[in-house]
Amino acid sequence: MVDGTDDLTDLIALMAKLPGLGPRSARRAVLHLIKKRGQLLVPLADAMQRVGANVRECLNCGNIAAGDICNICNDDRRANGEICVVEDVADLWAMERSQQFKGRYHVLGGTLSALDAVGPEDLRIPRLLDRVTSENVTEVILALGATIDGHTTAHYIADQLTGVTVTSLAQGVPVGGELDYLDDGTITAALRARRAL
Amino acid sequence: MTGLRVTRLQLSHFRSHKRAEVAADTRPIAIFGPNGAGKTNLLEAVSLLSPGRGLRRAGAEDLVRRPEALGWRIFADVTAGRQTHEIVTGAEAGQSRSVQLDGKTVTQTALANVLRVLWLVPAMDRLWIEGAEGRRRFLDRATLSFVPGHAEAALRYDKAMRERNRLLKDMVRDAHWYAALEGRMAEAGAQVQANRAATVAALMAAQQDAATAFPTATLSLIEGGDDVQGADALKEAFAAGRARDLAAGRTLLGPHRTDLDAVFADKGTLARDCSTGEQKALLISLILANARALIAQDGQPPILLLDEVAAHLDAARRAALYDEICALGAQAWMTGTEAQLFEALGDRGQYLQVTEADGASAVEGAL
Repeated sequence: MVDGTDDLTDLIALMAKLPGLGPRSARRAVLHLIKKRGQLLVPLADAMQRVGANVRECLNCGNIAAGDICNICNDDRRANGEICVVEDVADLWAMERSQQFKGRYHVLGGTLSALDAVGPEDLRIPRLLDRVTSENVTEVILALGATIDGHTTAHYIADQLTGVTVTSLAQGVPVGGELDYLDDGTITAALRARRAL
Repeated sequence: MTGLRVTRLQLSHFRSHKRAEVAADTRPIAIFGPNGAGKTNLLEAVSLLSPGRGLRRAGAEDLVRRPEALGWRIFADVTAGRQTHEIVTGAEAGQSRSVQLDGKTVTQTALANVLRVLWLVPAMDRLWIEGAEGRRRFLDRATLSFVPGHAEAALRYDKAMRERNRLLKDMVRDAHWYAALEGRMAEAGAQVQANRAATVAALMAAQQDAATAFPTATLSLIEGGDDVQGADALKEAFAAGRARDLAAGRTLLGPHRTDLDAVFADKGTLARDCSTGEQKALLISLILANARALIAQDGQPPILLLDEVAAHLDAARRAALYDEICALGAQAWMTGTEAQLFEALGDRGQYLQVTEADGASAVEGAL
């Protein structure tokens, strides 16, 4: 470091590990924080402190929670018998942005991969099976990625669910999308899933 | 003629070539020079314009020129029909191979849509005698030339199978996990099987109608077990074989174990029982049939790489081979130690002489 304490160097090194940042942008961000000590640095440090102390994974669904159970699991209005299974919290947030889904979630935290040593226990799948019985679930919606691992995981879960409707998200032409820009696989899937108008 | 051809090939620090540049037209290319001069390296460079590890199945780090070890690069201009493409492939030292098509980075599998390349190398002389793996690879190379999507289906199958093999090795007994993976394997595997079956049918048809000096090979695919074919049957067979696979620690049945069987049609003899020369003739016959079938399918012949093709062929068969290649209009890259081996080709071919001096190969136009 040109002129700085070890603390600063540590901070920059930590910031550089954040997604989307590298050493150069981390240096810029840290300099900016120091300049805006009152408006940014101190509030940010406080916020991080609070998040670090309070926020953890929901014991029920794996969502981010400010306590043992997340807001969605605590909300009785969302106990409508539907559970949407997603890979991670970013996917949950994406679903929530659409404001269409009124049920609860189950966050796996990844996909099954024997080669990467990710098994069913690592993905809270036993917990999902418990929830299906204990929460009177009628439909499980699998909203997993359209990858080989995603498909494997979806089939793995579907295979073990009996007595409930198991669905998966549709694949095909995105809203506002043009056919011209779609890859062959997507067009094939869209054609297969076509429906009467 | 608007056949598929490499019009310019430039090598940089590739194998024995420090720097080499070859300009070529549609005519067959005869490359001659002493052993170890670097003739096959030129063919290998062309083979790397298709997906995979090339005709020597080499890793990216093996292709680098020693002692510099700077990494290697191949530049090629390719004409396919009325289109021309610029392909650059190579690897920096210690990194894996990258491909650029017309200035854009693409996956290796994208090359299958541009270029069809088939090859015959001396290592394949024992193809009919040795293990099924070589025959499967030969078949898959042919299949890829007909169905560019074959590589992708094979990769999907492989990925799911590797996952399943890991479960088997770790003695995991979660039936649902197996079922999920076997579903993926069955789906991709059935596609692989169908592609291969269509290829065998196309090769057989192309041999039947042909006027050729080379013998006809009757091909058949041998699927393991009780001839398990199709997604449903495969899925069932995988499930039924779990106990046996667990004991072995790997998947013992499926398209990754398929074998290709050939019979020298005129004699009714199995290919593996034929003489060395006959076996070679059968392989050449299949390569030529593949080219004819491709012409029927997309109107243009593939690029052929025939390493030491003259070995085991008498003068009459050699002349017949050159005649057939010229009739196909295929750009064939052929190697031989002596220029005389290509005498019958005459001015229907273009000639390159490869020599070695001061630890580097030199390529020059000859005749």
